[in-house]
Amino acid sequence: MATTEQYIGQPLLRKEDAKLLAGQGSFIDNQSMAGMVWMALVRPPYVHATIDSIDTAAAAAMPGVLAVFTAADLQGEWAGSLPMVWPITEDIKMPVHWPLTGDKIRFGGDAVAVVVADTRGQAEDAAEAVVVAATALPAVRDLEDAASDRSVVHEDLGTNNVVHWNHGGAGDQEVFTNAPVIVQERYTQPRLIPNAMETRGCLAYGSPAAGEFTLVSATQIPHIARVGHSLVTGIPQNKLRIIAPDVGGGFGSKLNVYAEESLALALARKLNRPVKWIETRSENYVATIHGRGTLHDCTLAGTEDGKILGMKFVELADMGAYYQLLTPGIPELGGWVYMGPYDIGSYWFEFTGVMTNATPTDAYRGAGRPEATFVVERLVDAFARRIGMDPTEVRRKNLHAPFDEATPFICGLSVDSGNYEPALDRAMELADYTQFRKEQATRRDSGDINQLGIGVCTYIEMCGLAPSSILGALRYVAGGWDGAEIECRPFGKVVVRTGTSPHGQGHETAWAQIVADGLGVTPDDVEVLHGDTSVSRIGMDTYGSRSVSVGGEAIRLAVEKVRAKARKIAAHELEVAEDDLDWTDGAFRVKGAPDKARTIPDIATSAWHAHSLPAGVEPMLEGTAVYDPPNFTWPGGTHICVVEVDTATGKTAIVRYVAVDDCGNVINPMIVDGQVHGGVAQGVAEALYEEAIYDELGNLASSNMTQYLVPSASEIPEMLLDRTVTPSTTNALGVKGIGEAGTIASPPAIVNAVIDAVSHLGVTSIDKPATPERVWRAIQDAKGGAA
Amino acid sequence: MTQISVTVNRTTHAADVEPRTLLVYFIREQLGLVGTNVGCDTSSCGTCTVHLDGEAVKSCTLLAVQADGREVTTIEGMAETGGPMHPLQDAFHRNHGLQCGYCTPGMIMAAASYLNENPSPTQEEVRESLEGNLCRCTGYQNIVASILDAAGQMATKG
Repeated sequence: MATTEQYIGQPLLRKEDAKLLAGQGSFIDNQSMAGMVWMALVRPPYVHATIDSIDTAAAAAMPGVLAVFTAADLQGEWAGSLPMVWPITEDIKMPVHWPLTGDKIRFGGDAVAVVVADTRGQAEDAAEAVVVAATALPAVRDLEDAASDRSVVHEDLGTNNVVHWNHGGAGDQEVFTNAPVIVQERYTQPRLIPNAMETRGCLAYGSPAAGEFTLVSATQIPHIARVGHSLVTGIPQNKLRIIAPDVGGGFGSKLNVYAEESLALALARKLNRPVKWIETRSENYVATIHGRGTLHDCTLAGTEDGKILGMKFVELADMGAYYQLLTPGIPELGGWVYMGPYDIGSYWFEFTGVMTNATPTDAYRGAGRPEATFVVERLVDAFARRIGMDPTEVRRKNLHAPFDEATPFICGLSVDSGNYEPALDRAMELADYTQFRKEQATRRDSGDINQLGIGVCTYIEMCGLAPSSILGALRYVAGGWDGAEIECRPFGKVVVRTGTSPHGQGHETAWAQIVADGLGVTPDDVEVLHGDTSVSRIGMDTYGSRSVSVGGEAIRLAVEKVRAKARKIAAHELEVAEDDLDWTDGAFRVKGAPDKARTIPDIATSAWHAHSLPAGVEPMLEGTAVYDPPNFTWPGGTHICVVEVDTATGKTAIVRYVAVDDCGNVINPMIVDGQVHGGVAQGVAEALYEEAIYDELGNLASSNMTQYLVPSASEIPEMLLDRTVTPSTTNALGVKGIGEAGTIASPPAIVNAVIDAVSHLGVTSIDKPATPERVWRAIQDAKGGAA
Repeated sequence: MTQISVTVNRTTHAADVEPRTLLVYFIREQLGLVGTNVGCDTSSCGTCTVHLDGEAVKSCTLLAVQADGREVTTIEGMAETGGPMHPLQDAFHRNHGLQCGYCTPGMIMAAASYLNENPSPTQEEVRESLEGNLCRCTGYQNIVASILDAAGQMATKG
């Protein structure tokens, strides 16, 4: 039935919800097969050690155990090592990363053996019984210590300094020594543990005789994983199917080609049994990628009246003990946003990637842009304090003027569109900025124990990864396109196959909204399939806030192809020329005689029975599009946080949190708001609570959820949201992406607020997370300085 | 093996369990009710929350044998198959109270138990009541809104 309703822009309730609410999700741990066996990994009792021997005899003799393998036993299984697909420089040093390590233990998750048994309990018990004898080596955790090469993680590389990337700078570099005001700061950002509520897990099965295998995995990237695991296991891509079932959150931590997935495939092939693995949470903390882990030396050149002349950043970035899929590319990705939304004349960014004895780092919600935005926004606040200007005034003075065509920024890339000041204005209004400043002054005057602080972040970020040609220039080995296939079934239902792979982002609903508007059907008529390489053949998956601006645009283009074919059939049936048809009110209508019409369901039925199609038109109404974006998309906005700091205890409470984001046009505002809520919550966690802590031997001390503080509902504030809308010029939908904005914008807003609350006591810097102890110590140190 | 008899979602099951079997694995693996998820190994995340004699418990903190002779309700027992959703399920849907859906069954079970105790809570009280249940997607905002909405609906229906 034809519908004239517009679905794009409406807060449609999600099609995904019913099964999840009923407890009928297809999460990996809900899947099992006849003959299935369980895999468990032997994680080492060291973080840096030479392996002397591994005794598997006791484990192999335990009940239910089928096999125990070390690296040497599985050597013949591998066609290649685990892939890293972003060798960002010509001279990058590339450590080899095997699914099991055989020579040396380089971090706490570096598995040395794998056990297969009938039950999970038996496999885990037997893994405990494998005896690893090793000679401990000094562990390097601190970035400067690691960079000194006191102890080298990969001897064959000769150094821990494995990659140096230099943006090359832009503008007059003299300002960093000659400007009237020079602000120099050093910021550390600890490692974060992503903590998707579902840990990783997989199930591999197939036919060794046919050489065909399937991997069901809690992954964000079934399409990329097919390429990766084919390279590792040697299973050809046309005989390897990857399925992402319902996935319980990702945040970048499931954007990888992991050792355990390759092992499960290899063992299914070797043992001719379905092999399942579910990661424990404690294992997740050492074996799944971490985020952040950086040290920045920052310089801002400015004038006394608040003009920022330039910003310069030199970073050490913690790679961990190996590269995972994108590791060295993460700081580079941040390298394009160190100018913030500001119109500045000089830019410099370079970083050195350093190997350490810890879990590999990789993309964690925001991937490079939070690290960059944090230091930019801390630095701008430091500048504001130095010259005694309100932080919103400094920002306003430097925001780039509005533009609605792609415009080159000093980082060297063109920004699709931007209008930053309205978001700042609206955020200040929602935050009662002026009122809180007055209240802050009152409390300072009265010496109140509870001091108010207001923190601001005006940001820009880069989504829509990515134009394939730019990725090529940046030495990324894959493209940045995405695909969509639309199949119109007879009598009106539509099947959509998307190359994106959602795990909570609501693509089944949002893509149905795009298709419904484009084809004159309802979202209920549209079924969106995803996450299976045999179902949606053409895809580049979900990460980097790319799905709507690349995958969504591919959907729109596939709709256009369907309509172009449908127009031919409609013209034939209505006996008019194609040009004599208008597409109005959800149907092709004869100009001047709108009652003579054909809807998409009518035409789909004709194309299916194919009794009378125009010459040269093939049966079935369908369309396929692969879209390669011409540019990135660049959201922006302003977040403002008001905190109350108890100066006696150092405890921070968030009094108000305002987020005004500009993600271009919006397909489903309900889903967009949900993405901001979740992103900000992860930013609150980063700013105030979460930090991977290591002991002096390099062991992860915050090794489970009792010691690593993932915030609950009591710690997360209610948020006030609004949006400004500056349509993207990169795609016809005008969309930009919103998955990571909250996590990018919120940590600096919150930490700036905490510092602002105690800056009158002489505090100028507090590291993340701003725990009560850190804040209290900063106050005590400042007092000491004053005395 | 120990023999137990547990009523789960109004059906009584007699079963032999290993004494070390946790309630959550009894529910998931022996009864095949996989709607109850597992998110950690330290009783921190609340993903596995079910009702034991009407009260929310983390089913990873109890042994199956401790449920002998008692009544368990899981997410599968909140609505009849094919019937209308429980007001909390409906409210989570209408308020976008879930994204990936992994914590959702535990959230709903925790909230149902809490609303039994306190049928008209404040926002603050709802947030405190969820201290044992972690979510990484929603920032809790719409979960809290869902629970307050459901409380209103349930009060109206009396």
